[in-house]
Amino acid sequence: MIEVKNLKKSFQDGEKTTEVLKGIDFLAKSGEFVAIMGRSGAGKSTLLYQMSLLDEPTSGDIKIDEKDVLALSTAERTSFRLSQLGYVFQDYALLPEMTALENVAIPLLMQNLPEKKAYAKAAEHLTLVGLGERLNNLPSQLSGGEQQRVSIARAIAHEPKILFADEPTANLDNESSRIVMDIFKKLHSEGQTIIMVTHEVEYSKFAERIIHLDNGQITSDERV
Amino acid sequence: MFSSLNIRMGLFLARRQIRRSSLWTTILIIFVMFFTFLNLVVVSGILVGLLQGAINAVRTHYTSDVIISSLNNKTYIENSPEIISIVKSLPQVENMTARYMEGGTVEANYKTRTNDKEKPNIAAASFYGINPVAENTVTDISKFIVEGEYLVPGDYDKILLGAYLDKKYMDFDYPGFTALENIKPGVKVRMTLNGVEREVTIKGILKAKVDQISMGVFMIDSQLRSIIDRNDYNVDEISIKLKPGTDPAVVRDILKRNGVDKVAKVQTYIDAQPKFIKDMIATFSLLGNMLSSIGLVVASITIFIVIFINAITRRKFIGILKGIGINESAIEISYILQSFFYALCGSVVGLIVLYGFLEPWMTAHPIDFSFSDGILVAPIGGTMLRIGLLMVTTIIAGFIPARLVVRKNTLDSILGRN
Repeated sequence: MIEVKNLKKSFQDGEKTTEVLKGIDFLAKSGEFVAIMGRSGAGKSTLLYQMSLLDEPTSGDIKIDEKDVLALSTAERTSFRLSQLGYVFQDYALLPEMTALENVAIPLLMQNLPEKKAYAKAAEHLTLVGLGERLNNLPSQLSGGEQQRVSIARAIAHEPKILFADEPTANLDNESSRIVMDIFKKLHSEGQTIIMVTHEVEYSKFAERIIHLDNGQITSDERV
Repeated sequence: MFSSLNIRMGLFLARRQIRRSSLWTTILIIFVMFFTFLNLVVVSGILVGLLQGAINAVRTHYTSDVIISSLNNKTYIENSPEIISIVKSLPQVENMTARYMEGGTVEANYKTRTNDKEKPNIAAASFYGINPVAENTVTDISKFIVEGEYLVPGDYDKILLGAYLDKKYMDFDYPGFTALENIKPGVKVRMTLNGVEREVTIKGILKAKVDQISMGVFMIDSQLRSIIDRNDYNVDEISIKLKPGTDPAVVRDILKRNGVDKVAKVQTYIDAQPKFIKDMIATFSLLGNMLSSIGLVVASITIFIVIFINAITRRKFIGILKGIGINESAIEISYILQSFFYALCGSVVGLIVLYGFLEPWMTAHPIDFSFSDGILVAPIGGTMLRIGLLMVTTIIAGFIPARLVVRKNTLDSILGRN
C-alpha cells in the first residue's frame, strides 16, 4: 500500500518559484493498477518521481506499507528502491554496454544473489516478456518494443512491491505498445501493484483506476 | 564502502564497461600509462645509470670486486707476498693482480728542444708497475688500447700511456695540467721516478672512461720495482676478482679476519667509492624522482580527465543505476577498478618492455656519455615501489571524478538536468 498526504513539490528558478504539485492526497492499495493521466505539465511524472523515491518532495508525507519513506537516508532509500520498487522508464533506460540478460541481472546481483541464480532468474523473466531468444543481445541490437520489455523484465525480476512506469508506451508503435500493456495486464492479474503515468487514453484503460491531474492537483479519481 | 558486495558489483560494472568500450580509447589510455611508467622508472634510472656506468667501469677495469691498498700513513702494503698468498688461497677468488705505484713525470720532445729557456713538455702522472697478463685477466685493460699494442712480459723500457696525457686526446686545458705533444707509439719519452731518469718507448695509448687508466702510465712491474728500489716485493695495490655470485663483503671480511686490515686497507668496490660519488647518486636519484613526479601528475590528470569524461557522458546511466537501487559505492568502485585496470595494463606492458628489452639493450649498448657509459638502473624493488605509486595516484585520480558525478541528484542525472 502507498499513501501520499498533502504532497507538494516546487522548483526554484532564481527568484521564481514554480509549484508543480499542490497538495496531493492519494492512496493505492496493494495489487491495484493505477493510471495517472493529465496534459503535459500537469505534474504526473513529478508525482511518480516523488512516490518512487527518485526525488524528494518539498513537503508532505509518503508511506509505503506504513513506512515513512521520506525519513530514510539516501543510502536507505537506495536500498529500499532495490528491494521494494521497480521502474519502467519512457526511454527504457537500459545500460548500453550490457546484454539484455545482464541488464536484468543487475538488481538481482546487487541483492547479493549468486551470479548463476541471478542469471537464471533474469533469463526466466526475459522469457516471461517474450525475449527468451534475445538474452545475449545488446540494447542496440533490439527494437524499441523489445528494449521496453527488457526494461519491464528488469523492473519485475526482483519481485518489487510496487512497479512504477513512466509513459512506458510513449516511444513505441501500436503493436509494441499493445504487447507492453498486455504484460502489465498479466502482471496485475498476478497481483502486482502498478502505478503508471500515461497520456494515452487507450492504454489507461488497462488500469483499474484512473487519476486525472491538472495544474498540480488531482481533478478526478475514478475506477474503470 | 568496500564491502564484498560493492566490490563484486563494481567489478561486474567495470568489466562490462571496459569490455565494451572503444578498443582504440583503451589502447590510448594504456599507452599513456605505459609511458608514464617508463617516465617514472627510466628517467631516474638513466640519471642514476649515468653514475652507475662510471662505477661499474671503475669496478670492472680498476678496483675489481675487492681492493687492498696501502694504509694512509704507509707508502706500500707491508707483507705483500704473505697477503697475496692469503688471497690466492681463498676459494672465492677467481684472479688477482698486484700493482706497484709511484708518482713521477714523463717528458716528450726533449730531443727537439733547442735551448734551456724553452719550457719542457713534461706531464705529471701516476706510474703503475703491472704484470700485464694478470692485470689483463682481472681488469681487461688491453681493450682500451687505441693506438699501438698492449704490453707483454719482458717489455722492458716500454710503457703504455693514458690518453689524457696525450695532447691530441686531451682537447681542453685546465690550469696545472700538461699533456704531451707529438707523441705516438714508437716515440721515445723520458720518465723520471724517484729522481731516476729513464728513456722509454711508448708501446701503446690507453683510452678509457676510468681516470686511473686514462691518466696513468703502465709498465712492467719488475722494471718499476727496480726503478723505485722496492726489493721487498711489497706492492701498493691488489685488485681481486671474485668468482661470479660471490659477495665482495664476505671476502673483505675474511681478509680482515686474517689480519690483512692491520697492514692495508681492505675494501669492496663499494667501500672504495669516493663519498662524492655516493652523494651524486643520491642527488641524481632525487632529481630523477622529481622529474618522475611530474610524469605522475600528468598521468593523474590524464586519468582524471578520461574518467571524468567517461562519467559525465554516462551520467544518465549512473543515474539509472542509482535509480534501480545500485549502491553509490559500487558505482564508484567500478570507476576505481577501471583506473586500476588501465594503470595495471600500462605497468605490465612497461615491465615487459623495461626488463625484456630496454634494460638488457642498454646494458649491451650503453649511452656514450663523455665520462661514463650510461646504463639503465632499474632495481626491481624501486620499480615495484613506483608501480605502487602509479596505482595509488591513478586510483585517486579515477575516484574523484567518479565521486563528483555519482553524488549528483539521481533524478537530475536520469533526466539530464543540471
